[in-house]
Amino acid sequence: MSTHRFAVNVTPKPGILDPQGRAVEGSLGHLGIEGVSAVRVGRRIELTVDAADESAARGVVERLAADLLANPLIEVYAIEPIAGASSASQPAGVGEDA
Amino acid sequence: MAVRVGVVVFPGSNCDRDTVHALALAGAEPVELWHETASLEGAAAVVLPGGFAYGDYLRAGVIARFSPVMRSVAAFAADGGLVLGICNGFQVIAEAGLVPGALLRNRSLRFLGRDVSIAAERLDTPFTHALAAAGAPLRMPIAHGEGCYFGDDTALDALERDRGILFRYVDEHGRRAADDDREANPNGSLRAIAGVINAAGNVAGLMPHPERAAEAILGSDDGAGIIRSLVESAARAAAGERPVAVGAR
Repeated sequence: MSTHRFAVNVTPKPGILDPQGRAVEGSLGHLGIEGVSAVRVGRRIELTVDAADESAARGVVERLAADLLANPLIEVYAIEPIAGASSASQPAGVGEDA
Repeated sequence: MAVRVGVVVFPGSNCDRDTVHALALAGAEPVELWHETASLEGAAAVVLPGGFAYGDYLRAGVIARFSPVMRSVAAFAADGGLVLGICNGFQVIAEAGLVPGALLRNRSLRFLGRDVSIAAERLDTPFTHALAAAGAPLRMPIAHGEGCYFGDDTALDALERDRGILFRYVDEHGRRAADDDREANPNGSLRAIAGVINAAGNVAGLMPHPERAAEAILGSDDGAGIIRSLVESAARAAAGERPVAVGAR
């Protein structure tokens, strides 16, 4: 067994109205920022999987992403391994100031 | 003997009592079905009520979909059992794939709690047969943050062709609301879809709350016809008859 950490990035399907993205885009003028467009708001889920190897772990994440984390009618997802976090033990303090 | 109709109770359901009350008014024997139990207690129909099941975390309705009671509801529906999802219950059955489509965040990004008008597109279903007329405006409340009905153009065309649209948002004259008519179609649902029915005709969902408009003291009893349709259909199902619309499409 080994431990693998992944992130699943879920975003609205291309072409799907994303009112959150539009609201963010609409606020850019208030910040004095120009030249930013096509803002899409999604969510990122990070998780740790114990499995025989990385390929098996990825299979679990694929199933989880397709069945639960994303709704294929309206969303797409991308799975990314979190670099350096796969090991025999749970990574501590990832993303925090150490 | 009154027909037994189940009302599923998830952690976060908040219209379960209203639904029980409205079903009893319509002559049913309501029975609450706790989400962790798989038994439907012999109910002849099941209602998934409004609320915020499991806090609506991740996406509205998705976590509820995997609860023990929903496995039983899915099997019940596959066997021709009558299932009605109201508001959050609609989101749950859409996530479960029991009815087509998905409910997106309201276009305004705001939670909307107000009255709307909807009209039934067809009366030959177990959920609408007791209504007076197709196209007649029915006044009832909405209370949701994710009620914008979505399907891609192909799916929406198929829905129209197969008569899968059960209710539409309409203006005060009963005319179909435009997608961008914020008054009549406040969540921005595509093709003004407020409710749909599955191809077999035994599972339906809608965002507005007929149970909150089921007696005059609530300001409107326009929703009573929907509840009464369901209860009468459940009684027929309990007596061994087929649901009204099964095989009709």
